[in-house]
Amino acid sequence: MEKSTGRFFSNSSSSLGITCFIAFITIIVLRVIYVIYRTGKPPNKRSPPQALSTLIVLGSGGHTAEMINLLLVLQKDRFAPRFYIAAATDNMSLQKARVLENSWADSSGVKGISAEFMQIYRSREVGQSYVTSVWTTLVATVHALWLMIKIRPQVVLCNGPGTCFPLCVIAFIFKVIGIRWSSIFYVESIARVKKLSLSGLLLYKLQIADQFFVQWPQLQRKYPRAHYVGCLM
Amino acid sequence: MGESQDGVKGKRMVFVTVGTTCFDALVKVVDSQEVKDELLRRGYTDLLIQMGRGSYLPTKSTGDDGSLAVDYFTFSSSIADHLRSASLVISHAGSGSIFETLQLGKPLIVVVNEDLMDNHQSELAEELAERQHLYCARPPTLCQTIAGMDLKSLVPYCPGDATPVAKLINRFLGFPED
Repeated sequence: MEKSTGRFFSNSSSSLGITCFIAFITIIVLRVIYVIYRTGKPPNKRSPPQALSTLIVLGSGGHTAEMINLLLVLQKDRFAPRFYIAAATDNMSLQKARVLENSWADSSGVKGISAEFMQIYRSREVGQSYVTSVWTTLVATVHALWLMIKIRPQVVLCNGPGTCFPLCVIAFIFKVIGIRWSSIFYVESIARVKKLSLSGLLLYKLQIADQFFVQWPQLQRKYPRAHYVGCLM
Repeated sequence: MGESQDGVKGKRMVFVTVGTTCFDALVKVVDSQEVKDELLRRGYTDLLIQMGRGSYLPTKSTGDDGSLAVDYFTFSSSIADHLRSASLVISHAGSGSIFETLQLGKPLIVVVNEDLMDNHQSELAEELAERQHLYCARPPTLCQTIAGMDLKSLVPYCPGDATPVAKLINRFLGFPED
Protein backbone atom coordinates (compact mmCIF):
# COMPACT_ATOMS: atom_id res chain seq x y z
CA MET A 1 0.00 0.00 0.00
CA GLU A 2 2.78 2.44 1.02
CA LYS A 3 4.82 1.45 -1.98
CA SER A 4 2.07 2.19 -4.42
CA THR A 5 1.29 5.51 -2.75
CA GLY A 6 4.96 6.50 -3.03
CA ARG A 7 5.10 5.67 -6.72
CA PHE A 8 1.92 7.55 -7.19
CA PHE A 9 3.40 10.66 -5.61
CA SER A 10 6.65 10.63 -7.55
CA ASN A 11 5.35 9.57 -10.91
CA SER A 12 1.96 11.04 -11.41
CA SER A 13 1.78 14.67 -12.36
CA SER A 14 -1.76 14.86 -11.12
CA SER A 15 -0.83 13.60 -7.67
CA LEU A 16 -0.47 17.09 -6.26
CA GLY A 17 -3.89 17.97 -7.56
CA ILE A 18 -5.38 14.84 -6.05
CA THR A 19 -3.70 15.51 -2.71
CA CYS A 20 -4.99 19.06 -2.69
CA PHE A 21 -8.44 17.84 -3.58
CA ILE A 22 -8.41 15.25 -0.79
CA ALA A 23 -7.13 17.83 1.69
CA PHE A 24 -9.80 20.27 0.58
CA ILE A 25 -12.57 17.69 0.99
CA THR A 26 -11.19 16.69 4.40
CA ILE A 27 -11.18 20.31 5.57
CA ILE A 28 -14.73 20.83 4.33
CA VAL A 29 -15.93 17.62 5.99
CA LEU A 30 -14.23 18.55 9.26
CA ARG A 31 -15.70 22.03 9.04
CA VAL A 32 -19.20 20.63 8.38
CA ILE A 33 -18.81 18.33 11.39
CA TYR A 34 -17.68 21.29 13.50
CA VAL A 35 -20.64 23.44 12.37
CA ILE A 36 -23.10 20.62 13.10
CA TYR A 37 -21.43 20.14 16.49
CA ARG A 38 -21.81 23.84 17.23
CA THR A 39 -25.39 23.98 15.94
CA GLY A 40 -27.83 24.19 18.80
CA LYS A 41 -25.17 25.60 21.14
CA PRO A 42 -25.35 29.31 21.90
CA PRO A 43 -22.85 31.44 19.96
CA ASN A 44 -19.72 32.19 22.03
CA LYS A 45 -20.06 35.64 23.47
CA ARG A 46 -18.96 37.03 26.78
CA SER A 47 -20.89 40.29 26.60
CA PRO A 48 -24.53 40.54 25.50
CA PRO A 49 -24.68 40.89 21.72
CA GLN A 50 -25.42 44.07 19.83
CA ALA A 51 -28.41 44.28 17.50
CA LEU A 52 -28.47 41.31 15.13
CA SER A 53 -29.46 41.50 11.49
CA THR A 54 -32.44 39.24 11.10
CA LEU A 55 -33.93 37.43 8.14
CA ILE A 56 -37.64 36.69 8.46
CA VAL A 57 -39.09 34.20 5.97
CA LEU A 58 -42.80 34.70 5.42
CA GLY A 59 -45.24 32.21 3.96
CA SER A 60 -48.85 32.39 2.89
CA GLY A 61 -51.87 33.06 5.10
CA GLY A 62 -51.57 31.14 8.32
CA HIS A 63 -47.75 31.05 8.30
CA THR A 64 -47.48 34.84 8.18
CA ALA A 65 -50.05 35.32 10.94
CA GLU A 66 -48.01 33.05 13.22
CA MET A 67 -44.75 34.82 12.37
CA ILE A 68 -46.29 38.23 13.08
CA ASN A 69 -47.45 36.99 16.49
CA LEU A 70 -43.85 36.05 17.22
CA LEU A 71 -42.44 39.36 15.92
CA LEU A 72 -44.86 41.25 18.16
CA VAL A 73 -43.15 39.89 21.26
CA LEU A 74 -39.53 40.09 20.05
CA GLN A 75 -37.54 43.20 21.00
CA LYS A 76 -37.29 45.35 17.88
CA ASP A 77 -33.98 46.92 18.91
CA ARG A 78 -32.29 43.53 19.34
CA PHE A 79 -33.42 42.12 16.01
CA ALA A 80 -32.42 44.84 13.58
CA PRO A 81 -32.18 45.51 10.75
CA ARG A 82 -34.95 43.14 9.64
CA PHE A 83 -35.16 41.60 6.18
CA TYR A 84 -38.47 40.10 5.13
CA ILE A 85 -38.61 37.54 2.33
CA ALA A 86 -41.79 36.14 0.78
CA ALA A 87 -42.58 34.19 -2.38
CA ALA A 88 -42.91 36.33 -5.52
CA THR A 89 -46.44 35.01 -6.03
CA ASP A 90 -47.49 36.08 -2.54
CA ASN A 91 -48.45 39.74 -2.33
CA MET A 92 -50.31 39.61 0.96
CA SER A 93 -47.51 38.59 3.31
CA LEU A 94 -45.08 41.44 2.65
CA GLN A 95 -48.01 43.83 2.84
CA LYS A 96 -48.82 42.55 6.34
CA ALA A 97 -45.16 42.90 7.36
CA ARG A 98 -45.13 46.46 6.03
CA VAL A 99 -48.20 47.33 8.07
CA LEU A 100 -46.48 45.90 11.16
CA GLU A 101 -43.23 47.80 10.54
CA ASN A 102 -45.12 51.05 9.87
CA SER A 103 -47.06 50.69 13.11
CA TRP A 104 -43.77 50.27 15.00
CA ALA A 105 -42.25 53.27 13.24
CA ASP A 106 -45.31 55.36 14.12
CA SER A 107 -45.29 54.34 17.77
CA SER A 108 -41.57 54.90 18.27
CA GLY A 109 -41.54 58.12 16.26
CA VAL A 110 -38.25 57.14 14.63
CA LYS A 111 -38.04 57.96 10.94
CA GLY A 112 -36.51 55.49 8.52
CA ILE A 113 -37.59 51.96 9.27
CA SER A 114 -34.79 49.44 9.74
CA ALA A 115 -36.59 46.93 7.57
CA GLU A 116 -36.34 45.70 3.99
CA PHE A 117 -38.84 43.68 2.00
CA MET A 118 -37.84 41.22 -0.70
CA GLN A 119 -39.48 38.67 -2.92
CA ILE A 120 -38.05 35.32 -3.89
CA TYR A 121 -38.83 32.98 -6.78
CA ARG A 122 -40.42 29.76 -5.73
CA SER A 123 -38.75 26.57 -6.87
CA ARG A 124 -42.05 24.93 -7.62
CA GLU A 125 -45.60 26.21 -7.74
CA VAL A 126 -48.42 23.93 -6.64
CA GLY A 127 -49.28 21.64 -9.55
CA GLN A 128 -46.24 22.51 -11.66
CA SER A 129 -44.75 19.66 -13.70
CA TYR A 130 -41.46 18.10 -12.58
CA VAL A 131 -39.75 18.71 -15.93
CA THR A 132 -40.12 22.49 -15.84
CA SER A 133 -39.42 22.55 -12.12
CA VAL A 134 -35.79 21.49 -12.74
CA TRP A 135 -35.24 24.84 -14.46
CA THR A 136 -37.29 26.89 -11.99
CA THR A 137 -35.50 25.26 -9.06
CA LEU A 138 -32.16 26.30 -10.55
CA VAL A 139 -33.34 29.88 -11.02
CA ALA A 140 -34.79 29.95 -7.52
CA THR A 141 -31.56 28.65 -5.99
CA VAL A 142 -29.40 31.27 -7.74
CA HIS A 143 -31.84 33.97 -6.70
CA ALA A 144 -31.86 32.75 -3.09
CA LEU A 145 -28.05 32.75 -3.07
CA TRP A 146 -27.94 36.30 -4.43
CA LEU A 147 -30.38 37.54 -1.77
CA MET A 148 -28.49 35.77 1.01
CA ILE A 149 -25.14 37.23 -0.12
CA LYS A 150 -26.73 40.67 0.09
CA ILE A 151 -28.35 40.09 3.50
CA ARG A 152 -25.84 37.85 5.31
CA PRO A 153 -28.17 37.57 8.32
CA GLN A 154 -27.02 36.78 11.86
CA VAL A 155 -30.44 35.43 12.79
CA VAL A 156 -32.83 33.46 10.57
CA LEU A 157 -36.46 33.13 11.65
CA CYS A 158 -38.75 30.84 9.73
CA ASN A 159 -41.92 28.89 10.32
CA GLY A 160 -42.53 26.45 7.57
CA PRO A 161 -43.12 27.78 4.07
CA GLY A 162 -41.20 25.78 1.45
CA THR A 163 -39.14 28.86 0.55
CA CYS A 164 -37.35 28.72 3.92
CA PHE A 165 -35.47 25.48 3.24
CA PRO A 166 -33.05 26.72 0.53
CA LEU A 167 -32.45 29.92 2.52
CA CYS A 168 -31.56 27.92 5.64
CA VAL A 169 -29.25 25.64 3.64
CA ILE A 170 -27.45 28.69 2.27
CA ALA A 171 -27.16 30.14 5.81
CA PHE A 172 -25.64 26.80 6.85
CA ILE A 173 -23.15 26.87 3.94
CA PHE A 174 -22.18 30.43 4.96
CA LYS A 175 -21.33 29.03 8.39
CA VAL A 176 -19.24 26.24 6.86
CA ILE A 177 -17.18 28.51 4.61
CA GLY A 178 -17.00 31.24 7.21
CA ILE A 179 -18.88 34.01 5.42
CA ARG A 180 -21.27 34.55 8.30
CA TRP A 181 -22.15 32.72 11.50
CA SER A 182 -25.91 32.73 11.99
CA SER A 183 -28.42 31.28 14.41
CA ILE A 184 -31.32 29.54 12.69
CA PHE A 185 -34.67 29.31 14.46
CA TYR A 186 -37.45 27.21 13.04
CA VAL A 187 -41.01 27.23 14.38
CA GLU A 188 -43.11 24.43 12.93
CA SER A 189 -46.50 25.70 11.80
CA ILE A 190 -49.48 25.28 14.13
CA ALA A 191 -51.14 23.32 11.32
CA ARG A 192 -48.67 20.49 11.91
CA VAL A 193 -50.03 18.42 14.76
CA LYS A 194 -48.78 14.88 14.14
CA LYS A 195 -46.22 15.13 11.35
CA LEU A 196 -43.56 17.70 10.54
CA SER A 197 -43.69 19.52 7.21
CA LEU A 198 -41.06 18.51 4.65
CA SER A 199 -39.02 21.68 5.32
CA GLY A 200 -39.28 21.08 9.06
CA LEU A 201 -38.31 17.43 8.80
CA LEU A 202 -35.25 18.22 6.66
CA LEU A 203 -34.06 21.05 8.91
CA TYR A 204 -34.51 18.82 11.97
CA LYS A 205 -32.88 15.70 10.54
CA LEU A 206 -29.98 17.56 8.91
CA GLN A 207 -29.48 19.52 12.15
CA ILE A 208 -29.49 22.81 10.30
CA ALA A 209 -31.82 24.59 12.74
CA ASP A 210 -30.18 25.75 15.96
CA GLN A 211 -33.46 25.70 17.79
CA PHE A 212 -36.52 23.86 16.60
CA PHE A 213 -39.92 24.72 18.07
CA VAL A 214 -43.17 22.78 17.81
CA GLN A 215 -46.62 23.90 18.87
CA TRP A 216 -48.14 20.54 19.80
CA PRO A 217 -46.92 18.12 22.50
CA GLN A 218 -47.42 15.07 20.22
CA LEU A 219 -44.68 16.38 17.92
CA GLN A 220 -42.24 17.01 20.75
CA ARG A 221 -42.63 13.39 21.86
CA LYS A 222 -41.79 12.25 18.33
CA TYR A 223 -38.91 14.70 17.86
CA PRO A 224 -37.18 15.01 21.25
CA ARG A 225 -34.68 17.70 20.18
CA ALA A 226 -37.60 20.05 19.51
CA HIS A 227 -38.84 22.54 22.08
CA TYR A 228 -42.57 22.45 22.80
CA VAL A 229 -43.77 26.05 23.13
CA GLY A 230 -47.57 25.87 22.97
CA CYS A 231 -49.74 27.57 20.37
CA LEU A 232 -48.65 30.83 18.79
CA MET A 233 -52.15 31.64 17.57
CA MET B 1 -80.97 26.20 20.76
CA GLY B 2 -77.75 27.62 22.10
CA GLU B 3 -76.59 29.60 19.09
CA SER B 4 -75.47 33.13 19.84
CA GLN B 5 -77.70 35.96 18.70
CA ASP B 6 -75.69 38.42 16.64
CA GLY B 7 -76.22 41.01 13.98
CA VAL B 8 -79.51 42.54 12.99
CA LYS B 9 -82.41 41.42 15.13
CA GLY B 10 -83.91 38.28 13.75
CA LYS B 11 -81.16 37.86 11.17
CA ARG B 12 -78.93 34.89 11.79
CA MET B 13 -76.27 34.55 9.19
CA VAL B 14 -74.19 31.54 8.25
CA PHE B 15 -70.91 32.59 6.67
CA VAL B 16 -69.09 30.08 4.49
CA THR B 17 -65.45 30.81 3.61
CA VAL B 18 -62.94 28.91 1.47
CA GLY B 19 -60.14 31.50 1.82
CA THR B 20 -57.93 31.81 -1.26
CA THR B 21 -58.49 28.19 -2.24
CA CYS B 22 -60.79 26.49 -4.72
CA PHE B 23 -63.19 24.28 -2.83
CA ASP B 24 -66.24 23.67 -5.02
CA ALA B 25 -67.18 20.54 -3.09
CA LEU B 26 -67.92 22.70 -0.05
CA VAL B 27 -69.78 25.40 -1.99
CA LYS B 28 -71.84 22.71 -3.71
CA VAL B 29 -72.80 20.99 -0.48
CA VAL B 30 -73.83 24.18 1.35
CA ASP B 31 -75.91 25.08 -1.71
CA SER B 32 -77.71 21.72 -1.58
CA GLN B 33 -81.36 21.74 -0.55
CA GLU B 34 -80.63 19.26 2.19
CA VAL B 35 -78.12 21.52 3.96
CA LYS B 36 -80.18 24.67 3.38
CA ASP B 37 -83.24 22.99 4.90
CA GLU B 38 -81.20 21.89 7.90
CA LEU B 39 -79.83 25.42 8.44
CA LEU B 40 -83.33 26.84 8.23
CA ARG B 41 -84.55 24.26 10.72
CA ARG B 42 -81.75 25.29 13.11
CA GLY B 43 -83.02 28.87 12.95
CA TYR B 44 -80.60 30.47 10.51
CA THR B 45 -82.00 33.01 8.05
CA ASP B 46 -79.12 33.96 5.77
CA LEU B 47 -76.36 32.11 3.96
CA LEU B 48 -73.37 34.10 2.67
CA ILE B 49 -70.74 32.19 0.70
CA GLN B 50 -67.21 33.36 -0.02
CA MET B 51 -66.36 31.00 -2.88
CA GLY B 52 -62.73 31.97 -3.64
CA ARG B 53 -61.31 30.56 -6.87
CA GLY B 54 -64.07 27.98 -7.30
CA SER B 55 -66.18 27.84 -10.43
CA TYR B 56 -69.43 26.45 -9.03
CA LEU B 57 -72.00 29.26 -8.64
CA PRO B 58 -74.62 28.80 -5.93
CA THR B 59 -78.22 29.85 -6.61
CA LYS B 60 -78.94 33.28 -5.18
CA SER B 61 -82.15 33.74 -3.24
CA THR B 62 -83.70 36.71 -1.46
CA GLY B 63 -85.40 34.44 1.06
CA ASP B 64 -88.74 36.28 0.77
CA ASP B 65 -90.72 33.05 0.56
CA GLY B 66 -89.54 31.92 3.98
CA SER B 67 -86.56 30.05 2.59
CA LEU B 68 -82.92 30.73 3.38
CA ALA B 69 -81.55 33.96 1.82
CA VAL B 70 -78.48 33.01 -0.20
CA ASP B 71 -75.76 35.32 -1.51
CA TYR B 72 -72.16 34.79 -2.60
CA PHE B 73 -68.97 36.58 -3.63
CA THR B 74 -65.47 35.50 -4.65
CA PHE B 75 -63.07 37.60 -2.56
CA SER B 76 -63.40 40.51 -0.21
CA SER B 77 -61.06 42.57 1.95
CA SER B 78 -63.68 42.62 4.70
CA ILE B 79 -63.80 38.92 5.59
CA ALA B 80 -63.34 39.94 9.22
CA ASP B 81 -66.58 41.97 9.12
CA HIS B 82 -68.49 39.02 7.67
CA LEU B 83 -67.06 36.73 10.35
CA ARG B 84 -68.05 39.21 13.03
CA SER B 85 -71.66 39.45 11.84
CA ALA B 86 -72.03 35.69 11.42
CA SER B 87 -73.87 33.43 13.88
CA LEU B 88 -72.21 30.34 12.48
CA VAL B 89 -69.07 29.98 10.34
CA ILE B 90 -68.43 27.10 7.99
CA SER B 91 -64.81 27.25 6.86
CA HIS B 92 -62.16 25.40 4.89
CA ALA B 93 -59.36 23.91 7.01
CA GLY B 94 -56.74 26.66 6.55
CA SER B 95 -55.20 27.69 9.86
CA GLY B 96 -55.66 31.40 9.10
CA SER B 97 -59.44 31.11 8.74
CA ILE B 98 -59.73 28.71 11.67
CA PHE B 99 -57.95 30.91 14.19
CA GLU B 100 -59.48 34.15 12.97
CA THR B 101 -62.93 32.64 13.59
CA LEU B 102 -62.05 31.05 16.94
CA GLN B 103 -60.54 34.29 18.21
CA LEU B 104 -63.81 36.06 17.42
CA GLY B 105 -65.56 33.44 19.52
CA LYS B 106 -67.82 32.29 16.69
CA PRO B 107 -69.20 28.75 16.44
CA LEU B 108 -67.26 27.01 13.68
CA ILE B 109 -67.60 23.95 11.49
CA VAL B 110 -64.41 23.18 9.58
CA VAL B 111 -64.88 21.20 6.38
CA VAL B 112 -61.78 19.32 5.26
CA ASN B 113 -61.07 19.29 1.53
CA GLU B 114 -60.72 15.62 0.65
CA ASP B 115 -59.33 16.42 -2.81
CA LEU B 116 -56.06 17.91 -1.56
CA MET B 117 -53.09 15.63 -2.18
CA ASP B 118 -51.04 16.24 0.94
CA ASN B 119 -53.87 16.54 3.37
CA HIS B 120 -52.10 17.66 6.49
CA GLN B 121 -54.83 20.26 7.01
CA SER B 122 -57.18 17.72 8.58
CA GLU B 123 -54.67 17.28 11.45
CA LEU B 124 -55.32 20.73 12.87
CA ALA B 125 -59.10 20.59 12.45
CA GLU B 126 -59.30 17.14 14.04
CA GLU B 127 -57.08 18.13 16.97
CA LEU B 128 -59.17 21.25 17.66
CA ALA B 129 -62.37 19.23 17.27
CA GLU B 130 -61.06 16.73 19.83
CA ARG B 131 -60.54 19.66 22.20
CA GLN B 132 -64.13 20.72 21.40
CA HIS B 133 -63.22 24.14 20.03
CA LEU B 134 -65.02 23.41 16.77
CA TYR B 135 -66.78 20.76 14.70
CA CYS B 136 -64.91 18.98 11.95
CA ALA B 137 -66.70 17.59 8.89
CA ARG B 138 -66.15 16.44 5.30
CA PRO B 139 -68.43 17.62 2.49
CA PRO B 140 -70.60 14.44 2.62
CA THR B 141 -71.01 14.63 6.42
CA LEU B 142 -71.67 18.38 6.74
CA CYS B 143 -75.46 18.05 6.83
CA GLN B 144 -75.24 15.46 9.59
CA THR B 145 -72.87 17.69 11.58
CA ILE B 146 -75.24 20.66 11.32
CA ALA B 147 -78.17 18.52 12.42
CA GLY B 148 -76.31 17.03 15.36
CA MET B 149 -74.25 19.96 16.63
CA ASP B 150 -74.70 21.35 20.11
CA LEU B 151 -73.07 24.77 20.12
CA LYS B 152 -73.35 25.06 23.91
CA SER B 153 -70.86 22.24 24.30
CA LEU B 154 -68.13 24.07 22.37
CA VAL B 155 -65.19 25.23 24.50
CA PRO B 156 -64.01 28.83 23.87
CA TYR B 157 -60.50 28.98 22.44
CA CYS B 158 -57.89 30.86 24.49
CA PRO B 159 -55.53 32.70 22.13
CA GLY B 160 -51.97 31.39 22.18
CA ASP B 161 -48.86 33.25 23.20
CA ALA B 162 -45.51 33.59 21.47
CA THR B 163 -43.53 34.71 24.53
CA PRO B 164 -42.11 31.22 25.30
CA VAL B 165 -40.51 31.17 21.82
CA ALA B 166 -39.21 34.72 22.21
CA LYS B 167 -37.73 33.84 25.60
CA LEU B 168 -35.87 30.81 24.24
CA ILE B 169 -34.57 32.75 21.24
CA ASN B 170 -33.32 35.59 23.47
CA ARG B 171 -31.68 33.18 25.89
CA PHE B 172 -29.99 31.28 23.06
CA LEU B 173 -28.55 34.48 21.60
CA GLY B 174 -27.29 35.65 24.99
CA PHE B 175 -29.63 38.59 25.46
CA PRO B 176 -30.44 39.33 29.10
CA GLU B 177 -33.88 38.30 30.36
CA ASP B 178 -36.30 41.13 30.90
